[in-house]
Amino acid sequence: MQLYTLTVHQLSELMAQKKISSVELINAYLERSSKIEHKIQAFITHTKEEALAQARIVDAKRMQGEELSPLAGIPVAINDNICTAGLKTTCASNILNSYIPPADATVVTRLKNAGSILIGKTNMDEFGMGSSTEYSAFTPTKNPYALEAVPGGSSGGSAAAVAAGEAAFALGSDTAGDIRQPAAFCGVLGLKPTYGYVPRTGLISYASSLDQIGPLARDITDLALILNAILGHDPKDSTSATVDVPDFKAGLVNDVKGLRIGLPKEYMEAGVEGKVAAKIQEAVKQLEDMGAICVEVSLPHTEYAVAAHYIISCAEASSNLARYDGVRYGLRVEAEDVLSMFMQTRSQGFGDEVKRRVLLGTHVLSSASYDEYYTQALKVRTLNKQDFDQVWTQVDCLLTPASLTTAFKIGEKAQDALAMYLSNFCTIPVNLAGLPALTLPFGLADGMPVGLQLIARHFDEQTLLRVGYSLEQNTDQTSLKPDLDRE
Amino acid sequence: MTISKQDVEHIALSARLKLTEEEIKLYTKQLDSILECVDLLEQIDTTDVRPTAHGVELFNVLREDEVEPSLPQEKALINAPETEHGFFKVPRII
Repeated sequence: MQLYTLTVHQLSELMAQKKISSVELINAYLERSSKIEHKIQAFITHTKEEALAQARIVDAKRMQGEELSPLAGIPVAINDNICTAGLKTTCASNILNSYIPPADATVVTRLKNAGSILIGKTNMDEFGMGSSTEYSAFTPTKNPYALEAVPGGSSGGSAAAVAAGEAAFALGSDTAGDIRQPAAFCGVLGLKPTYGYVPRTGLISYASSLDQIGPLARDITDLALILNAILGHDPKDSTSATVDVPDFKAGLVNDVKGLRIGLPKEYMEAGVEGKVAAKIQEAVKQLEDMGAICVEVSLPHTEYAVAAHYIISCAEASSNLARYDGVRYGLRVEAEDVLSMFMQTRSQGFGDEVKRRVLLGTHVLSSASYDEYYTQALKVRTLNKQDFDQVWTQVDCLLTPASLTTAFKIGEKAQDALAMYLSNFCTIPVNLAGLPALTLPFGLADGMPVGLQLIARHFDEQTLLRVGYSLEQNTDQTSLKPDLDRE
Repeated sequence: MTISKQDVEHIALSARLKLTEEEIKLYTKQLDSILECVDLLEQIDTTDVRPTAHGVELFNVLREDEVEPSLPQEKALINAPETEHGFFKVPRII
């Protein structure tokens, strides 16, 4: 039995039965990382000593008979745009490469209170801007299924770490599919909660109306346990929802009988790869065999979502990233006067893609372009939302591909910003509408993981988990493991 | 072309980015192709559509104006490139 392949709930059980200790578990993960991390490069910072110290504390509590959370003693990786007090948080950017947050993000506080062990900070596209981790200022992360392929992005380090057995679960952030697309590419599960359900306090902002923190894990039960720990109101985030949080673990059911599942035709007509389409059909057949009612539906404004999202995310980014000026934190490039200091700091500190998006955002917010681009994009956002409101009168959830293709090759899209952005075609409409969505693996195509995406109404994560759990219990396609030892 | 080299120079100054001649050329070309793609949105008639700022409806959040603990000054300054007497220090402005 390899500890690094087990799920959180399996590990939690082993620890509760005192068959393993948290220190043993952390050591097993550290040993796994020492063997494969040079191939995958999922981490920006590892926290060995501190992780072991925390594990000893959890073990001591357990020996004293203290009641512990199912996440206690479990190694977690945190995306490097989520603040960790006293531990470098870089956003994979040169402008923050020595930034030490003075406080933990709310989600980090919640996981620490649950006793989870922070094992490291994971690589990403700089500031979350990208879909492959190739736009990290430090190094690209590799896909554990094929080292010449990207892990997806921007939370690619988190997805690769969970897939490769370097963390039992991870927290990433999702602005355009940045949890779901890498989860799909790396054969793990990823969930973007409803906008506002998870506090963003301590998440370094990219596009505030779209950003959402969420988990990456190895099965549905693990996702339920993590949601139980991280969801819920935080008075420090004014966009945080005041909606009650159910017990997601207790609510897991293996039953989709009579559930109405919509299949949006616009996703299947958008140039989905044949081998991906075949797996989607297989999943539909499986769900129908289990008693679900699958019907074709239409989201007519789908083709406009990427363009609207491009404008909105860049506009918000240009405003959010104005704070990096060399005054309060981050890089400063010394210059004679303050304007030159601002300009040189930002030019040297930001990478190419970040500059491109800040420029585009500044342009669409300028008085001459504001109505033509920005206001029009916000109106299209309304139409996108109305499309979803309309289908919720017909179905309980939607099933789509997580991505039109399986993981692409490193270098394939890095020079083409537009092609890179379009790789999030399937995931972007969800962010615009603030909806919850889950991606889960559904077998392999030519050796690479294929991902399904499930989308539900606002604050209806339970339906996502219900469909995912039912698929998991009735097929062997949702649990994948890469073979990293053959090379 | 929907965007010119002069436009990019102007935007770069607004965005406080110092670009090389080469970068200006490259970004002009790239931004032009991105804008051409997003011009797709012009096709949609949105005359009677209201803009949406958030996918989930949000409301103002207010609380009583009571003093609560916040980040202490020394912690707020730990990442500052330069400080003096508890302030952030910047190059001469005037």
